[in-house]
Amino acid sequence: MSPTKPPLVGASTPLPLPPPFSHSALRLLTQGAEALVFHTTLLDSRTPVALKYRPPKPYRHPLLDRRLTRQRLLAEARVLVKCRKEGVLVPDVVALGADEGWLGLGWVEGATVRRVLDKWVGKRGEEGEGELMGLMGRVGRAVGRMHEIGVCHGDLTTSNLMDSPADLRSLAGDIVLIDFGLATQSIQDEDRAVDLYVLERAFAATHPVAEPLFQEVLRTYGESYKGAKVVLRRLEDVRMRGRKRSMLG
Amino acid sequence: MATVETLYLPHYPDYPIYISFFKNVSNAPFLRQQLLEANTAFEYAFLDATMILSPRHLYAATFRALNDAVHTRLKSRNIHSELVFSLSPNNNIADAYRRFGIQDSTTSLLAVKIPLSNHDITAESVSKHLGGAVEGESVAFGEEALAGVTDLKALRKVYKLDSGNKGGGGKKGKKGAEVVVNGNGVGSGKDERAEMEGVILGIMALKGT
Repeated sequence: MSPTKPPLVGASTPLPLPPPFSHSALRLLTQGAEALVFHTTLLDSRTPVALKYRPPKPYRHPLLDRRLTRQRLLAEARVLVKCRKEGVLVPDVVALGADEGWLGLGWVEGATVRRVLDKWVGKRGEEGEGELMGLMGRVGRAVGRMHEIGVCHGDLTTSNLMDSPADLRSLAGDIVLIDFGLATQSIQDEDRAVDLYVLERAFAATHPVAEPLFQEVLRTYGESYKGAKVVLRRLEDVRMRGRKRSMLG
Repeated sequence: MATVETLYLPHYPDYPIYISFFKNVSNAPFLRQQLLEANTAFEYAFLDATMILSPRHLYAATFRALNDAVHTRLKSRNIHSELVFSLSPNNNIADAYRRFGIQDSTTSLLAVKIPLSNHDITAESVSKHLGGAVEGESVAFGEEALAGVTDLKALRKVYKLDSGNKGGGGKKGKKGAEVVVNGNGVGSGKDERAEMEGVILGIMALKGT
């Protein structure tokens, strides 16, 4: 989510937006299965936000659709506010249109960890490896802190981790977790281990050379809170079977 | 005449909002009385400025009130009471007035007027009326104006921002919203107000859901 990215071209007939929003003031950033994310401002012109809009799904009964959208939106907003209260770095919830299906999230500067990794792999450089390890360490601690307060992300990929440095040229930024659309409030080792497993797969998918970096994530994760070691042990079970647990009763 | 700022919230270009800030106000009891009597000449949100953290804090409440008014789902009598209500973390309107509204003891006052579609009301008319009605020193509204006014401690209490600390929990080094988790010092210079603002906006947005 970089503000410099060119806008994606939308469909030929633009999707209707919930009032008060109009396409002229919004710039489409990404589109997922459930939501569209726009860049705009809220409250004042100096407050950039990512506006996440869950459009109605025409194949669902309107009443059910509104309820589901509202529920999911609220779950996401609640988890974000909880994280923010507890000092886990996540976007601010700036405003919310629960009935209209939108959520205004404080803009996070920086690059996704995925982009940072891709760049590093592209250069194939040994240079900056220390810096990169530092980054991995911060990822592990950020995830650990989130788990510690009883939140599981549900879709922990390198694209959902932002490296948000004060100086945009360095890697030495805070790790901000984004996209809590699938997050749950859970303290189960299983859910935590699955978070780590999904993240591990995301690292492996980037490039084989990125895989050893993940060891550093696990190392700092293991030291980040009291229950972390148990989760790491559980991660080994999850690796053996995949992220879905027994589907038998 | 009083200094009046005309504000347009993003996405609501057709709804001007007039904001006036006064210091050393001496007739708060009179102004409050006008609200209690529902004097139609005094349709403002009169706020105790010590309970406003930042311009954005005020804008967030204003946005919510305006957005809810446009969607015709106000929870209180009018858009001005809704603004006061929007600031509150709970669903009690009287409580919201007690905490964020003008008190007899108020000396720093914010007056907000949202005329909606009433085009007879202009910055000039608001300025003229407030200039005559409020006995106090009119100051330009902004971050600087609030800097020495906000009661951070009272705000922390109202929004329960320290609840993570109390109870003598065994969680080491945990300090509510002030902790910067994983930075290594470079990007961690965010000040207290910015930290509080992020949490407060979230609490306000979630209120009543």
